[in-house]
Order: sequence, then structure tokens, then C-alpha cells
Amino acid sequence: MSRFIFHVGQYFIFLSKVFVKPERWNIYIRQTIREIDKIGVRSIGIVTLISVFIGAVLTIQAVYNVKSPILPNYLIAYAVRDSLLLEFSSTIIGLILAGKVGSNIASEIGSMRITEQIDALEMMGVNSASFVTLPKIIAALLFNPILMVLSTMVGIIGGWVAGFTTGIIASDEFIYGIQYNFHPYYVTYATIKTLVFAFLITSISSYFGYYARGGSVEVGNASTQATVYGSVFVLFFNLVLTQLLLA
Amino acid sequence: MIEVQHLSKYFGDKQVLFDISVTFQKGITNLVIGQSGSGKTVLLKCLVGLLVPDEGRILYEGVDFTSLNDREKREIRKTIGMLFQGSALFDSMTVEENVKFPLDLFTQLSEAEKKERVAFCLQRVNLYNVHKLYPSELSGGMQKRVGIARAIALNPQYLFCDEPNSGLDPKTAIVIDELIQEITEEYGITTIINTHDMNSVMRLGKNIVFLADGHVAWQGNNQQILDAENEKLRDFVFANTLLQRRNEPL
Repeated sequence: MSRFIFHVGQYFIFLSKVFVKPERWNIYIRQTIREIDKIGVRSIGIVTLISVFIGAVLTIQAVYNVKSPILPNYLIAYAVRDSLLLEFSSTIIGLILAGKVGSNIASEIGSMRITEQIDALEMMGVNSASFVTLPKIIAALLFNPILMVLSTMVGIIGGWVAGFTTGIIASDEFIYGIQYNFHPYYVTYATIKTLVFAFLITSISSYFGYYARGGSVEVGNASTQATVYGSVFVLFFNLVLTQLLLA
Repeated sequence: MIEVQHLSKYFGDKQVLFDISVTFQKGITNLVIGQSGSGKTVLLKCLVGLLVPDEGRILYEGVDFTSLNDREKREIRKTIGMLFQGSALFDSMTVEENVKFPLDLFTQLSEAEKKERVAFCLQRVNLYNVHKLYPSELSGGMQKRVGIARAIALNPQYLFCDEPNSGLDPKTAIVIDELIQEITEEYGITTIINTHDMNSVMRLGKNIVFLADGHVAWQGNNQQILDAENEKLRDFVFANTLLQRRNEPL
């Protein structure tokens, strides 16, 4: 328990170093563009792939569980849309990114630490915590909502394709269902969750990478811790935000 | 010139540097030598401000570096170049971007002027057509040379080198040593080199400080080192096979 409290305290001290005025904005902007590519653009493939299959499986499962002579078929598409929007495209994609992006960030910063690149930054008078972390946080905050929207769209397309190719739901019924009883607030809710998860994933993994000491084993441990803690906090804040925003 | 006065450093209860007082002269290569764990790297990190000494002062041309605030330290750091043991080049940047990085940070030069300066620095360390390569595409010796190019990009008054020859073959080590010596003499800078390579010591050692267990155990130059009486220094120097032969009675 004392170790957990130590990490929480050190994490907030770390954040206080990250959120300070940059030495040179142009260097940070250049780094942020790089990070958008690394953290965001390079995640499009995995997010698309997973979302297509989630959408398709959700449709088949919804048909299996819900289909009844007294319920209209378009409710299946309605359920798929809301499931994707409320949970899958933000939380499940958040968990996947906690693994992919989180471990990548922790191992990158950890390697910078053990190869003295962070010392080199400090030596030049650069706030190393801010330089290595802030562009990643900004990049994720800017790009993860795009990934969330993409995931929802592609998931719905996956469900639609699965529906009409297997013949379990007609194309026009599905298209009607995804437009039925739409609450724009769900998009706001999903966006807020995505932004909070983006911040948690990037800041927690940067923290574990930044304080890595030793060699490759320690960098590996930092990467594992980043993934585990990132995922746990995504799940915890999912609960908190759902209670705050939907209850 | 850098003066170190009564410097001590602790890690928890463990003291690693004991009342170090030395002077590093301008325009020559100053060497800090000693066995692994003798406190060389800790001393170097204190000198450049990566570690804060617990006692003592570090004077850069008479200015007490240890008493400066962050902004004032930043001004001194603009005049410092450092070559790290593993080069510490930024993996995500090309060679050109690595050398340009201090220029981006500290100067108001135009892009064209920066590129010109980068080309000059790389040419100075005999590197050509590597601008667009990433550090992982270079050999160890080339990485060291890029490290030197980055260190001299801002025309430093002080150059710190931590184990510049570690991991290099003897021939490349000579190239790096000669390069450091040339740059030191050409620009009249204060160079401090941490090393335990006796070849470098014999080649570059105009002012040598020998550290043993965190103490300054001996100070002199490469002409005096082979005849020094200090037992710990003799153990260190004559651990080298070639020098052992020189020490054996005929």
C-alpha cells in the first residue's frame, strides 16, 4: 500500500514538471506532430481491424439473444450502435491502446533514460519530463477522439456487413436501426471518456518509463507496469465517469 | 577554467565523493581517471549540474555554478558541450536534427544558417553524407563523432566527455582522442575527459586527476604518471599489459 501511495505522489510531482511552459514552442510542436503519427496514425490499422470484428460479432450476438417475433429487427442495429458508442469504441479501444501505445511509450522513454538521452536533455537545460511527455499527451488528446469516431463508424459497418451477408438482418432494417432514437449526448459522453483515457494512458506510461532505472529488464518491467496500471485506471475511470455522466 | 572546491556528494548515507578540490585548465585536455566506481561519473555529473553536490562549490571562470538559479544555470549550460559514454543521440531524430537540436533551443538563427552550422560541425568531425541517417544506422565511432558535432554546435567554452573511447576499437579510439584534442586546442576550450583507457591517458593527459574511492589520490601529467609513487595509481596504471612490461626490471 505504501508503495502505491509513493507512486501516486511521485506521479503528481511528475505531472507538475510536465505541465510547465515549454522552452521553445516550435520544438514541442514538431515533436507533437511526430507523436500524432506514432501514437495516433499508426493505431488506425489495429483500431479498424478490432472494431470491424467487434461490430460484426455484436450484431450476430444481438440477433441470437434479442430476435423475437414481438420486437422489430431494427432494434438489433440500434443496440449495436449504442453498445459501440457507449462502451466499445471508448473503453475497449482504450484498453487496447493502453497495451499497444502504453507499452510503446514506457519502453521508448525507459530506453531514453538508460541510454542517457534524458541526461543529455537535462544537460542542455531542457525540462526532460515535459519534453518527452507533453507532446505525447497532446497528440493522444488530439487524435484519440478521431480513433473513437472511426471505431464507431467501422464497427457499425462491420455489423451491417455481417448482418446482410449472413441474412440475419436486412440492410434497410439495419440502416433504419442505426438512426433510430439517437442521443447526441452519447457522443459527448464517449468523447469525454476517450479524452480522459488518452490522458491516463499517455501520462501513466510516460511516468513508468521516465523513472525506469537499470537496464533492459527494468525497461521491460516499466513497460509491463505501464500496461497494467494504464488498463486498471481506464477501467476504474470508466466506472467513475459512467456514474457521473449517465446516472 | 573550472575550479572545484571541497566538493562532497552523498547518496543516502553513502558518501561517494570526499572533499574534492581540483582545477581544470583552459585550452588543454584535463583527464579524470580511476577505476570503475571511483566516483568519476558522479564528479562529471556534478560539474555539469546533473547532480547537485551536498558540499562545496564549482566555479566556472569564478562564477559559483552551485549557487545559481535554474535560469542562470541555463546560461552557463549554453556554453557547455557534452559527449556521453553511449553518445546519447536522440533515436527519433536524424543526425542533422540531433546536431541542430541545441541550435533550435538556444539560438535565433534562420533554418538556412542552422543547416550551414550543422554541415560545418559534421564536416569538422569528418562525417559526410550522413545528415539524413538515424543514429541506429551509424557505427559506434560515427555515433561518437556525431555526439562531438552536437557538443560543439554552440561553440562551447567547456567540453565534457564521459568515457569517449568505451566500446571502440583502438584505431577509432585514436581518431576520437585526436579529434577532441584538436577541438580543444583550436577553440581554446576547457575539456574534461573521464576515462580509464591508459592509451588516452598517455596521449591526452596534460592534466590528470586520479580518483580512488572518491578521493583525489594523485594529480599530474602523462610525463609524470609512469614514475608516480602512489600505490593505488601504480596498481591502476600497470594493470595495462603493455605498461606492465615497461615496469618490469630488465
